[in-house]
Amino acid sequence: MTVIIGLEIHCQLNTKTKLFCGCSTDYRDDGPNTHVCPICLGLPGTLPVTNKQAVLYALKVAKALHCEVPAFSEFARKNYFYPDLPKAFQITQYDKPLAVGGYIEIEAESGGEKRVQLTRIHMEEDPGRLVHKGSGDRGRYTLVDYNRSGVPLIEIVTEPELSSPKEARRFLNKLRATLEYLGIYDPEREGSLRVDANISIKGYERVEVKNITSYKGVEKALTFEITRQKGMIRRNAPIVRETRHYQEARGVTTSARSKEEEHDYRYFPEPDLAPLEVSSWVPEIVLPELPDARRDRFMQQYGISQNHARTLTGDLKLAEFFEEVASDMPEIAAPWTADILLGELNYRDMPVTKVPVPHYIALLLEVKKGSVTDTSAVEILRLILNQVIEEEKPEMPGEIIVRLGLSKEGGDSIVDTVASVLKEHEAAVADHRAGKAGAINFLVGQVMKATRGRADPKEIAKIITDLLKD
Amino acid sequence: MGSQYSFDHPDPHNAFITICHEAEYGEGPLSGIPVAVKDNISTAGIETTCGSNILKGYIPPYDAHVITLLRSAGAAIVGKTNMDEFGMGTTTETSAFGPTLNPADTTRAPGGSSGGSAAAVASGMVHMALGTDTGGSIRCPASFCGIVGLKPTYGRVSRYGLIAYANSMEQIGPLAGNVRDCALLYSVIAGHDPRDGTSLDLPAPAPLKPEIAGKRIGVPAEFFGEGVDPTVASVVQSGIDRLEGLGAEIISCSMPSMQYALAAYYVTSMSEASSNLGRYDGVRFGMAPDFVRLWHDAYSHIRKTGFGEEVRRRILLGSFALSAGYKGKYYAKAQAARQMVRNDFARLFETVDMLAGPTMPCVALPLGETSNPLSMYLADILTVPANLAGVPALSVPCGTAHTLPVGLQLIGKHGAEDEILSAALAFEEGSA
Repeated sequence: MTVIIGLEIHCQLNTKTKLFCGCSTDYRDDGPNTHVCPICLGLPGTLPVTNKQAVLYALKVAKALHCEVPAFSEFARKNYFYPDLPKAFQITQYDKPLAVGGYIEIEAESGGEKRVQLTRIHMEEDPGRLVHKGSGDRGRYTLVDYNRSGVPLIEIVTEPELSSPKEARRFLNKLRATLEYLGIYDPEREGSLRVDANISIKGYERVEVKNITSYKGVEKALTFEITRQKGMIRRNAPIVRETRHYQEARGVTTSARSKEEEHDYRYFPEPDLAPLEVSSWVPEIVLPELPDARRDRFMQQYGISQNHARTLTGDLKLAEFFEEVASDMPEIAAPWTADILLGELNYRDMPVTKVPVPHYIALLLEVKKGSVTDTSAVEILRLILNQVIEEEKPEMPGEIIVRLGLSKEGGDSIVDTVASVLKEHEAAVADHRAGKAGAINFLVGQVMKATRGRADPKEIAKIITDLLKD
Repeated sequence: MGSQYSFDHPDPHNAFITICHEAEYGEGPLSGIPVAVKDNISTAGIETTCGSNILKGYIPPYDAHVITLLRSAGAAIVGKTNMDEFGMGTTTETSAFGPTLNPADTTRAPGGSSGGSAAAVASGMVHMALGTDTGGSIRCPASFCGIVGLKPTYGRVSRYGLIAYANSMEQIGPLAGNVRDCALLYSVIAGHDPRDGTSLDLPAPAPLKPEIAGKRIGVPAEFFGEGVDPTVASVVQSGIDRLEGLGAEIISCSMPSMQYALAAYYVTSMSEASSNLGRYDGVRFGMAPDFVRLWHDAYSHIRKTGFGEEVRRRILLGSFALSAGYKGKYYAKAQAARQMVRNDFARLFETVDMLAGPTMPCVALPLGETSNPLSMYLADILTVPANLAGVPALSVPCGTAHTLPVGLQLIGKHGAEDEILSAALAFEEGSA
């Protein structure tokens, strides 16, 4: 059963002001309805005026994603009633979008590159936000916060060309990174990237899943929906063309009441705004280095693997961090940052920007010198990250090594330790001599235990072999 | 710093919805002149209703751009005038605040939708007033009340703060007892405003002088077509003869797109209105809904009880004209027809300086007579072409028919208000 996925991604542009008025878009730390004016409240008689910066940001995305910008595009009204929509229409774009076509290249499931074609990019305004209060028995009510009303969005629509949730995740990671590199989007802002997905099994009806508010939820939502649809097909139950809502907390999609979705949006050109004739702006737009280019440069400049380079450039802040710490030891910095640090950060839900750079560089230097084992280095890293989280002043790795006695054991003292372990485990020694595989691993483990991880397992194995040769 | 203007007139014609008995005024070209403002223009601190129950109690927190201009020109804003609800009417009878009476004959309607502004001027309560014109709403009551009214070029006057009926066609404009006052008020409100994305940046209006000799004036046969009262037609024809007598060259011409103009106007205006009027849900301003109900029930209740019949009719018709499956047949066709009207004007203005004809096909109608909406719509046939094309047009008194005022309409080239005002002044003064 072939899976077909298309995505619609809404991205809030991080312009200073809203799309059609002068209100600030930086509302998240402020009280409700504090970033509003007669225009974004939709008071009678108000008129929109297009924010040029927002158009430039959208064009920047269009250029970075290889879209065509038509000579003429226009805003249109999408009419519907909902309490978060003060004018009862959303100013968006309909049949004349800002940009058409374009593509994003991702790593294909089968390896190699896959080009995912885009349908279009258009601009629109965000509606306000509803806040539901109260409970069933105490009386429920809903408040409206118009701070978000009028914040500029772009909607990026893909062709139905993604074939698995994993590909969808890779696509979104790539898109998110590109938007971040362009500096037109703030990933730290809650709800700044929202995804709707169209999912079908080849030969069956298409289902739209809305309300995926985090890009992390996409893979889960898609996996659930595909499993559901495949189950329906196996049971010979019909898949109906419908809109479903993703319930983030439960990880499931549920059918939206069909009546709610029977909208006729009555689109028509927004009479209060002149058409956009902005294709001539595109050549003037200068693009920064984008993720693919940076990945290739990392491979060349630092001699690191494609996988490491891809991971390290998949997030702007991570890439910047790597360049700060890599200096003359990229062969150590790349695996440590991409494989170990990233895992520790994800586990702690901690941004890379919080990692103290001097401490991390010092740690990498200790690893390079061979003064601590990898195991100890990870322990030191965890300690430093936890100290940052606890808002304590982090210790330098050198201090930690001394305080905890983590310096790598080697030379005579390690040989003595190995000798005493061999004496205590004669049975295992005998097994090893008898050629029993696995006995050596047991012995190495015992030595590691005795040194509390401060010895290098490879070195121990060599010493054991040497000692038992006699 | 400002001075106070005491406005203490009785209002026997119900020209006003709100009267400001004490109005502040300052220095400037309109210093101390009382000006009435149509009630669909937002005035900070003064209730603004659009003649509708749904906006009862709504006090805008901001001034429309034209109000800012009036205030800085020193005008005393003495009140908000009655109008057809949201501008939807040709008689001022669809107002939720009762009909306005025509000062020329109080058994008749003043025309609409700016009937209150026209009556306030015609009765002498004020010298000048602001109206708005979407399909003739300034020129019609000017014609019926025997005063002067100008609909400027689309984009000439900022619409910021004008409560929208049909955005792509409407303009704020002046009504006054004579051409000079009309031109004075126009010169104050015209100009570019960055808050209106459709605003034009044109040179300031030129000083007015009577000028008509040598002008080529086109008279489309369709302006005297079917439905035009013969007495009105002959009064206007003799007005045109007077223009010729003043040295203008009269040129017969034809405007075939007239046959589509009315339909194009109504489909477009109702479509836009259906969208513009969606925001009246009671949540943020005006009549408050019953918040205990489910939101959609509360919305329908507010909209059903807050809007009058004509408004609801136009919202429904406009929603229909834009709906899936019908948009191509109605809205899209109307836009094509509109383009034909624009093309006709462009073609005519290659050979003539302006067009002339009757403003309205009839004289003021008796109150309560237009119960049939379709016959009311038909009365707009001669005014809507200028709105469809965005060109300036004015109505200037030209005599009487059946003892009631008749207006002569002059339609100018895009941006040529000065030219038609100068011609109207020559016509009014009988000299060129």
